[in-house]
This record gives sequence, C-alpha cells and structure tokens, in this order.
Amino acid sequence: MIVPIIFLIICIVGSFFTGLPFGFLLNEMVIRLSRNLLLVMSLILPVITGLGLNFAITLGAIAGQIALIIITNYTIGGFKGFILSIILSTPFAILFGYLVGRILDKARGKEMITSMVLGFFANGIYQLVFLLFAGTIIPIRNKELLLASGIGIKNTVDLANIKYSLDYLIPFHKIDIGLFKSLGKYPITTYLVLFLFFLLLNFLLKTKLGQDMRAVGQDLEIARVSGINVRRTRIISVIISTVLAAWGQIIFLQNIGTMQTYASHEQVGLFAVASLLVGGATIDRASWKEALIGTFLFHFLFVISPLAGQNLLGNAQIGEYFRAFVAYGVIGLALVLHAWEKDKVKTRLKDLPN
Amino acid sequence: MKGFIYRLGIPRFIIILFLILLMIFAIYLDIPLSGLITDILVRFGMNAILVLSMVPGIQSGIGLNFNIPLGIICGLIGALISVEFQLTGFVGLFASILIAAPLAGITGFFYGKMLNRVKGQEMTVGNYVGYSVVSFMCIFWLLAPFKSPELIWAYGGSGLRVTVSLESSIRHVLNDFLAFNIGSIRIPTGLMLFFAVFAFVIWLYSRSNKGLSMIVAGSNEKFALSNGIDVDRERIKGTIMSTILASIGIIVYSQAFGFLQLYNAPLYSAMPAAAAILIGGASIKRANIFHVIMGTILFQSLLVVALPVINVIAEGSMSEVIRIIVSNGIILYALTREEELA
Repeated sequence: MIVPIIFLIICIVGSFFTGLPFGFLLNEMVIRLSRNLLLVMSLILPVITGLGLNFAITLGAIAGQIALIIITNYTIGGFKGFILSIILSTPFAILFGYLVGRILDKARGKEMITSMVLGFFANGIYQLVFLLFAGTIIPIRNKELLLASGIGIKNTVDLANIKYSLDYLIPFHKIDIGLFKSLGKYPITTYLVLFLFFLLLNFLLKTKLGQDMRAVGQDLEIARVSGINVRRTRIISVIISTVLAAWGQIIFLQNIGTMQTYASHEQVGLFAVASLLVGGATIDRASWKEALIGTFLFHFLFVISPLAGQNLLGNAQIGEYFRAFVAYGVIGLALVLHAWEKDKVKTRLKDLPN
Repeated sequence: MKGFIYRLGIPRFIIILFLILLMIFAIYLDIPLSGLITDILVRFGMNAILVLSMVPGIQSGIGLNFNIPLGIICGLIGALISVEFQLTGFVGLFASILIAAPLAGITGFFYGKMLNRVKGQEMTVGNYVGYSVVSFMCIFWLLAPFKSPELIWAYGGSGLRVTVSLESSIRHVLNDFLAFNIGSIRIPTGLMLFFAVFAFVIWLYSRSNKGLSMIVAGSNEKFALSNGIDVDRERIKGTIMSTILASIGIIVYSQAFGFLQLYNAPLYSAMPAAAAILIGGASIKRANIFHVIMGTILFQSLLVVALPVINVIAEGSMSEVIRIIVSNGIILYALTREEELA
C-alpha cells in the first residue's frame, strides 16, 4: 500500500502549487477517470492469469481506431456511430487478441517484454497499412480522411460526429430538477457503462473460466496437472483484455473528439500500466480497486505536474519531463521491487533445513 | 537448400532476400551505387560499437541490454564537457571518452547490482529503468550549468539545445582520419580502425580465461556455480562492459553524425542496436563479434538502400516504418524462439 500513499502525498503537495481551485481539479478528474478507466481495467485479467502486465493492449487500441476510421469513412455519427464502432472493433480485437495470446504463449517467462515489443511491431504494421495502403489498396470513400496526396490517412481525424455520444447519452441536463441538472455536466452514462463492466468482470471471475484463470496464475504446472487447458485459458484472457482495450479506446476517443491517427494508441499501454501500478497493483495481483485508485492518482499527477513545474521551478517543460519520468519510473520501480520480493522468498525457502 | 535456410534462420533469409530486391530496384532506378556503398560504410562504422555493446550483456546472461541509454547518457555528458572546454579534434574525442567511460563504469556497476536482484526480468526492468533515466536526464539537460554558446539556446530559452552541433569540435574526426577514395567510394579508415580495435579487444577477452568464465556464467548458472565462478560478479562485469561500450559508441556515432542528440533521443537507441545483433544471428543467450559485424552491415544496408528506393515508389516516412517493422519483428522472433541449448 506504500506506493499509492506516496503518490497521494505528491499529488496533494503538488496541487497546492498549481494554485488552481480544488473544485476545478476534481471536475477535471471526474472526466479523466471516465475516459481512462476501462483501458486500465482491461489489464486486470492478464495479471490474474499470470501473464503479467499486458503492454500489448496497444493492439486493442489499434482495433478500436480501425473501427473509428471505418465509421468516419461512411460518415456515420451520433450514438449509432458509436455502437457501430464498438461492434466493428470487436472482431478485429478478437483476432488481434488471439494472435497476441498465441505469441505470448510461446514466450513464457518473458511475456511482458514480448508484449511490449509486440506493441511496437503492431504499430509499424498499422502505420504501413494506413500510410501506404489506405487510398491505394484500401478504397477510402470520404476524401476528407486522406492526406492531400490522396494516399494515407490524415494525422488527425475529426471525430466531432461521435463526440460525447456516450458520455451524455442520457440527457440529464434536460431534466429540470436541481440535482439532475448539475449531474448533467458529468459523463454519467459512461460511469454506468463502467459499472456494468465492473459487475461483468466480477461475475466472470466467479465462473469456472475465472477460477481457471486464477489457478493458472497461481501455478502453471499445478493447473495443468489438475486438468485445466493452460494455453486456452491464457489465450482467452488475452482476448478479453484486447477487446476491453478496443472498447476502452473508443470511449476515450469519443470523449476527446479528435483522433491522432498515428499517436493516440502509442502511449495507451504505458499509461494504463503505470496507472494500475500507481494504484498499488503488482505483476501478479491486481483488482478493480487498484485500477480505480491508480487511474485517479496517475491522472491527477498528469493534470497538475506542468502547472506545478511552472510555479515551482519556473519552467513548465520540467513538469512535463517529470511526468514522463514518473510514468516510466513507477513501472521500473514496481518491477524491481516485485522481483526483489520474489527473490527473498526463494532464498528463504532455500535456507530452510531439509 | 532447406538446411541452409534453417541454419540462416527464416527472418534473416527474408531480410537478405528483401535487401537483394531493394538493390535490384536501386540499380533499375539509376541510383548511384557508389554513394550507397559509401553511406553503408559510414553507417556501419557509426553504429557498430553500439551494437557491440550488446555482446557482453548477452554473454554474461543479462540478455539484450535495453538499458544502453544509461551508457549513452554518460557518453553525451563526456562529449558535452569536452565541447564546453572547447576541445577539438582528437583531443576532444579522447577527452570525451576519458570522461564518459569511468562514469559509465560506475553507473554500470550499480545497474549490474540491481539486475542481480531481478533475475529473469532483466529485459523488462532494463527497458523501463532506461526510459526513466532518460526522462530524468531531460530535467538535468534543462538545468545543467553549461555556459558555452554552442550548447545553450541563443535567445533566452533555458537549458541545453535539443541538438548540439559538433561542427567546430569533433565532427568527422574519425571519419576523415586516413580516409581515401576508391573510385568514387570513400573509405572512412579511422572509423573502421576504431571499431576494429574494440572488436579485437572484446574478441580477445572472450577467448581469455576471464571472458570464458563470464560466458559460462551467462549460459549455465548452476554449472558455473559448481565450477566456483561467482555468477553475480560476472554479470556485473558484463553490465559494466556493455555500459562503457555504449558510452563510447554514442561518441563515435555523434562525431560521424555531426550532432549530439539530447533529451528524448536516447530512448530510441536500444531497439535498433538489439535488432542489429539479432539480425546478425545472435540469440538472447549467445552472441559474438561475427554477429555484430554481419548484423550491422545487413541492418544498415537495408536502411540505406531502402530510403532512396522507397522515396521513389511511395512518399513520406516509409523507411521509418520499415525500420520499426524489421527491428521489432526480429526482436519478437528472438524472444519467442524455443531456446536451443548452446
């Protein structure tokens, strides 16, 4: 529990130096939490299944973006467009998740670094497809999507058509009762959806499949001996993670309203993993609590650090670099501490008299 | 034929085929070959020592050292100090190395100590420790007390420049040393000789008693222990050597490139070096000098030849995309390959 507490202290101290009113920060956090939480939640299952932190949710984000490019191509907007992009992204995410699961299964013991490199690799393929093939091999109807040369998707895709299509789906602001009217400012619908996912995830962990996942995460060999298909369980876990990431990315982008075609997905894995770890999760233990606390603290730091850097050291750039340092540093530190503790347990076992 | 491909490894076979294809295209498109070969030679010399820094890491058992940004930062500090004191030519080059190498040795020692506590997760840990060191140093570059107008922003701005020109200090010192032309191909003799010296030292070391015990420690920990080899010590040694080589490597790279790249640039240095040695035939358990030379030539030729060819066929940043796909693809292949016992 020490990591979240340290972060809480940094956040509280930092927020004094920003000079921003606390209410404003809290409002900002409610919005950021709604758009990032599903991406962080998508990491929980692979951790439970013993695959470690799945940096390859980048592929899920890519699946989501492919779907968004498709609906923009056919200029389908509103909630219809949103649902359609969710439906379209699912088969892509299942396919990618299956491939990731297969590859990670071949790299047992090295899953994390493999999933990370896999994310980079997929990014290369994604760029190849949408820079070179779009407009040449893949016909694009909506010319506004293409670069001036007619080949390749633009660097930024405007998603104004589906902006807030989920966040404000239930029109609370139109209900003329004091409480509801003030609620209307917040993305309530998204929170309801997130709550639904939370229930589903908890339900899943209570089913046979969920118990199998836990067993595989505890000990591969024992799980195998007791008749669990280890490979299948691991692959399913990665598929679910990838699908959740795809949906998470769509929810994220419908709130932002513009898509950086070649950048939006790149940092997804990094930020989600850092969030989960800030919340106090480790490589083999994570739950929705850590996801919630971590996402809040990490993004709180994200909001305050440029301003705090500006006011404290006279340079906003320092705050930006500090933020990157924290994101990378927290992952590195968590990995070191975890490996360290495991090592200690091992030595203790070795020292026992036979 | 099948046996040959198997020995070569499928990805290496694909890369060589692709390279040959690109070469044919280049000839067909009338791109001057002599220019391409000159480029390949220079880029080989630029990158070879960075790739070489992977060797002690792999040999001592820490796997691909994704934390060479640590060494690179030490190298950058060395070069910055030598520019600050307005040292030029070979004096500047050797001064940078003399400052950088001990720094890299010290940081490498502590990093090696840390790696001994995270056995089995070295690559993931190394990667993130490297990233966090780079972002921490970004703050340092902003606050560092350098005064030379070559280093800091000309108008106002705080901190060091993003790229520092080496025009008036050590640019092309090695490239131009004893360089000569064959036809229109320019041979950067100094650069080649410099790499040859380091390659020879590493080769000699891996033949010596001490080097062998490092290799044994890396390939089979239990066997090494039963032979009285201190595995942890050998791993630290390998990490130190790797970090020092990386610090020297970036100085050589920068003098050929003509600029020091600060801030986020070191982030992107580990992947290409790791990819190059893997393309040369190394695995994450086994590597030697031949893999370094072969891999660097193949990888750099691919990049050099691809650039003009692809610029004719398609536009934009395609060669960058190819670099991403090839380098990460080969690392993936190495990570997922069943480890045959060496």
